[in-house]
Formats: sequence, C-alpha cells, structure tokens
Amino acid sequence: MVHGEAWTIKEFFTYPNEYIYWTIQIVMYPFMTGLVAGAFVLSSLYHVFGVKQLKDIARFSLVFSFALLPTAMMPLMLHLQQPQRGIEVMMTPHFTSAIAAFGIVFSTYGMIVAAELWFVYRQYFVQTVHELKAKPDRTAWESILIPLYSVLTMGAWDISEHALEKDEKAVKILAGIGIPVACFLHGYAGFIFGSVKANALWMTPLMPVIFICSAVVSGIALCIITYVVCMELRKLIFAWKRKQNPDLPSTEELKSVEVNVVTMTVKYLIMFLILAITLELLDLIFRGYTAVKSWDILRSVIYEKDFTKIFILQYGFGNLIPFILLLMPRLTIRRAVVGTLMVLLGVFMMRWNVVIGGQAFSSSFAGFMEYHLPIWPHDMETFKEGFFGALMVAVTPFVLFFCLSRILPVFGQKGGH
Amino acid sequence: MNRREFLKRSIVVVAGMAVPTAALELIDPKKLLAAKPELRWVFLVDTHSCVGCGFCVKACKIENEVPYDANVTRTWVERYVITKDGKTHIDSPKGALNGFTSKKIDIGQGHTKEIKDEEIVQSFFVPKLCNQCENPPCVQVCPVGATYQTADGVVLVDRTWCIGCGYCIMGCPYGVRFFHPVYRVAEKCNFCYHRISKGMKTACVDACPFGARKVGNLRDPNDPVTKVIMTERVAILKEEYGTKPQVYYLGLSKEVR
Repeated sequence: MVHGEAWTIKEFFTYPNEYIYWTIQIVMYPFMTGLVAGAFVLSSLYHVFGVKQLKDIARFSLVFSFALLPTAMMPLMLHLQQPQRGIEVMMTPHFTSAIAAFGIVFSTYGMIVAAELWFVYRQYFVQTVHELKAKPDRTAWESILIPLYSVLTMGAWDISEHALEKDEKAVKILAGIGIPVACFLHGYAGFIFGSVKANALWMTPLMPVIFICSAVVSGIALCIITYVVCMELRKLIFAWKRKQNPDLPSTEELKSVEVNVVTMTVKYLIMFLILAITLELLDLIFRGYTAVKSWDILRSVIYEKDFTKIFILQYGFGNLIPFILLLMPRLTIRRAVVGTLMVLLGVFMMRWNVVIGGQAFSSSFAGFMEYHLPIWPHDMETFKEGFFGALMVAVTPFVLFFCLSRILPVFGQKGGH
Repeated sequence: MNRREFLKRSIVVVAGMAVPTAALELIDPKKLLAAKPELRWVFLVDTHSCVGCGFCVKACKIENEVPYDANVTRTWVERYVITKDGKTHIDSPKGALNGFTSKKIDIGQGHTKEIKDEEIVQSFFVPKLCNQCENPPCVQVCPVGATYQTADGVVLVDRTWCIGCGYCIMGCPYGVRFFHPVYRVAEKCNFCYHRISKGMKTACVDACPFGARKVGNLRDPNDPVTKVIMTERVAILKEEYGTKPQVYYLGLSKEVR
C-alpha cells in the first residue's frame, strides 16, 4: 500500500501521486507547539510585564510549557517515514528549508524555558534541601529529593536577598527573550505552511501571524483549564485534609483566588482571540476579493466541502460561542471552562482546516481529496497517523506535567517570583 | 602600542587574512565541478503524437523499480476531453499504466462518467513527468538536503539521507513526488539519470512508439530537441510558480493543468 492511500478518498481528477501526505500528526504539531508558545507567553505576562494578578498562574504555565515542549517534537517523529534519521534535521540542516530552523529554534527555546525554570525554582531547591536535611524522620521520597535538589541547584546555594534579586532579574530577562523566541517557534511553524507556493490555501504571508495569535489563544485556554482542574482537585484534597488539620486555608479562600486568576486570564485570551479572528477573516475576504486562479477550487472547498468544519466547528463553536460566553458579565468558573474548552476546539479545528483543508483539493485544481482519520489501527502506519497516535501526543504533556509537578511544585507557598 | 597603532595593525591583519580566504572562494571545488556549461538536460513532449498507450508508464515502472501495481508513478499520461458545453473532463486511471482502454472518464472511487461522442469537441493526451525545474521548490524545502540539483540540471533524491517528512511532496506544484512504497523515502522521475549519464535515452523515450517523448541537451545547439525548443512555439507547465520547468511541450492547450 502506498503511503496515504489508506486514508485518502479521491474525487474527480487528481494527479496520480497526490494523497493526503500530511495527516493528523501534522495537525497536532502546530497545535502542540501553539500550546507551548501560548503557555509561555502567559507566564511572561507576569514575569516581564508584571501583571500581578497572574502570579499564581505564571509559575504554573511555565512548568506546563516545559511539559508541553517534548510533545511539539513527538508528532513530527511519528509522522516521519524515516524517524531514525529525524536527528539529521539538527545535524545537517539545509537552511533554505523552513523545517531546518526547527532544531535551532526548538533547542534555543527549550534552553530558555529550562533556564527560567531554574532561576524560578532555585530558592525552593535550596530551602527544601535545608529543611529536609534538618528533618529527623525522612520518608523514602524525601531521601531521594535531597540529592536530586542538590544536583538541581548546580552548586548555587546562595539565597541571600542580593542573590535572589539577581535571580529575579535573570527570570525577567529570560522571559523577555523568551517571548520573541516563543513567537518565532510558532511563527515559523506558520511559515512552514505559508511559504509553500504550491499550495493555494497555505500560501499567505499572514500565516505566521495567524498561527502566533491562535497559538497564544490555545495556550492560555489550556492553561486556564488545567489550572481550574488542578485547583478543583486541590480543593477536594484540602477539604479532606482539613478534617485532620483545621489550620489549612479554607475552600472559600482558594476559590476566590481561582476566580480572580481565571477572570484576568480570560481577558488576555479574548484579546488574542479577537486578533486571530480578525486576521483569519482578513485572509478569507482578501482571497475572495482578489479571486485569483485558485479561488474557484478554494471556494468550493471552503464554502461547500469543509463548510461544517470551518464555519460551524471553527468559527461557530470555536470562536463565536465562547466569545459570547466569556464576554458575558459575572464570569463563573464553570462558564470559563466551557468557553475555554470550546476555544481549544476552535484552535484545533483551525489547524485541521489549514493542514487537511490545504490538501482537500488537487493542485490540478480539478479534483478533491478527502481525509478519513483511521480510528482502529490495523498496522503501524494507521496507528501513528491515526486517532490513537494523536491521542498519545495529546495525553503526554499531562503525564509529563504530573511528573514535573512532583519535583517542581506549581502551587508552592514559599519562595519563587 | 597606542590606540592608533593598534587599529592600523588590526586592519593589516584583517586584510592579510582576507586574501587567502578569497582564494578559497576562487577555487571552490564545488563550483569547479559544477561548471559543466556544455550540459543541461531537458525534455520535449509532443502532445500531438501521444496516443495514450501507456507504454512509457510501464517502461518507467519496470526500469525504475516502482512497484508495478502501486498507485504511484514517476510518469503518467493525462486524458483531456472537452465537451460542447465548454467543460473539461480529465482522467488518468492508474497513471495510464494500462493505457486508456475505456471511453468512460474515471472520476475516482471506481466511478466513471460516460460522455457521448457527439458531445466531444476536442480530446488529447498529455504525458507528465518531473520538470527538473531550474528553480526547484522541492530542493529549497528539503530540511536535510537529501534532494539536490545536479550540475546538469537534474533533481535527484538521496535515499540514504531522506527523512521522509514529505515537505518536498507538498512543495511540488506538479505532483510528481511521492513516497516510494518499498524504500519509504521521497521518490520522483530523474530522467533515468543512470541511463542518460551513460549516453542512453530514458526508459520512457525508448518505449514511446510515436516519438512523443524526447530527451536532449539544451546547451548543444545541434541537438534536435534544442532545435525544436529554440525554433518552435513551445510551452511549459504552471509558469506562474516561477519554478522554470525544463520539460517543454508542443501543442499544449489552455485546459492542461
């Protein structure tokens, strides 16, 4: 079987070699990198611009951004026909290709996030090691933590006022550099598509900008959801723990913090959402107005073949309804969660409509191709580029986040910036 | 040493170092090897002569070891049927591997469309293959440089280096690229590079009973292919992409995609 044949349905005239070569994993790729970039931008709003209300979610989204990082690479590896050679993109980059920049941008970004995390958590590492060492009866986990944190401090044990000030400054600088790099990380994902002159739907200089805006939207949305879920879990745990220890903060206290953070974050989400929609609509209007050669086939894809996916799922359920939900006064947590979940759906559908939609028509402009997502895999290929492959990519950041948060507590009371 | 002296000496050192570096540029071995001004492979397709027998597709598949029944091919033939209502019907069943055995137009998924003879105003065949573009987008987008342009103009794929990302497949406006079903790397027509570089013709040229396909050297003014390209009205496919394709067509119609 030829690669792509299993899930491509051809209609009318398509070139014999045309199939949907870029599938669900390439939808996941910009979606996941978007989440990475968005989560980072959210944390930077606090670190760089000093948006105080976001303090609680800033540290959280920074750790989450780090947990998401490997999953920006995962879909690419799952998509490659020769994954064992994937490293060559970093080793022998061919710089006229947009993908070749991946290795450099991705590792730069990874290092920035890691460095920022280190500066944020250094004080915590040092304090925890001192505390645990003083503790007479340590659990096994605590005994593991001591050497682990000692290594993580990398010998920087100074937590004087002066040293911490320097840490704070470093975080600010790193977050400042991180914003353009995060935007670049995702903007260039947009460039990968926008620069393909052979594809009439992709080729637009707006693509990188649209990708960045929707990336920030999706990143913030996911942070809100994960934050709320974590807070709800904490409330449950606290309620249960308070039975033994009444000194702990009450559920009401936690809840007020939660509402404040969510309302504030939603404001930023809406801001970027408006920007993203404006650009997307501008692109659509421009295509219709200029009506170049490709418009006939694009029109039939946008207004007929993919109408439900674009106008109902993406713009309707993904943009318009959450927009109303989030803008209505007296925002509740529940409404915010529903709204942000729908925003995530909208961004996912936008990626889908770009990646799959861009291959929904033949470059002969005389035929169509339809993508049938393989659900139950019957071989490695239909697993990797099917529903379960995508699900694996989607679940990984949460697993990683759980593991990371064991070591880097995101809701820690003491220390940090 | 004062500041003025330091600056002076620095300039001398930099200038002195620039001379040998310039020499490196002058004797760049890559450029020396590439300077083969006497050879540029081109292809000429005479659509008037093509009858859609598909021998070229068969010969190509066998010669280049593309699995015979796989639904991908390095070269193919398209059939254009234009009806009185101005509509264009195009098909290429299995890339015309078995020729066009039915009058019915293949519209995908096993469905066909019947067109009455009296409705047809024009009908012709157009063979397609890699255009070996002067400005190949596939080479530009390859992230590891596994696909490259040779000095004589042919674009090749290094099967040991291709990572199989498919970016080149996406980047080609002509749809000539695909994943090889066995090697699982990008695959395309290379004008039978292993043959032409030994003085032979490509497999499809040899297989064509009607002389619809010809391969030649654009730099040789006495080459019959070059003569046709220079003296007759030839066209290229999808000029608007700026790829500068090097497969020239005689009798290309506006309907051809």
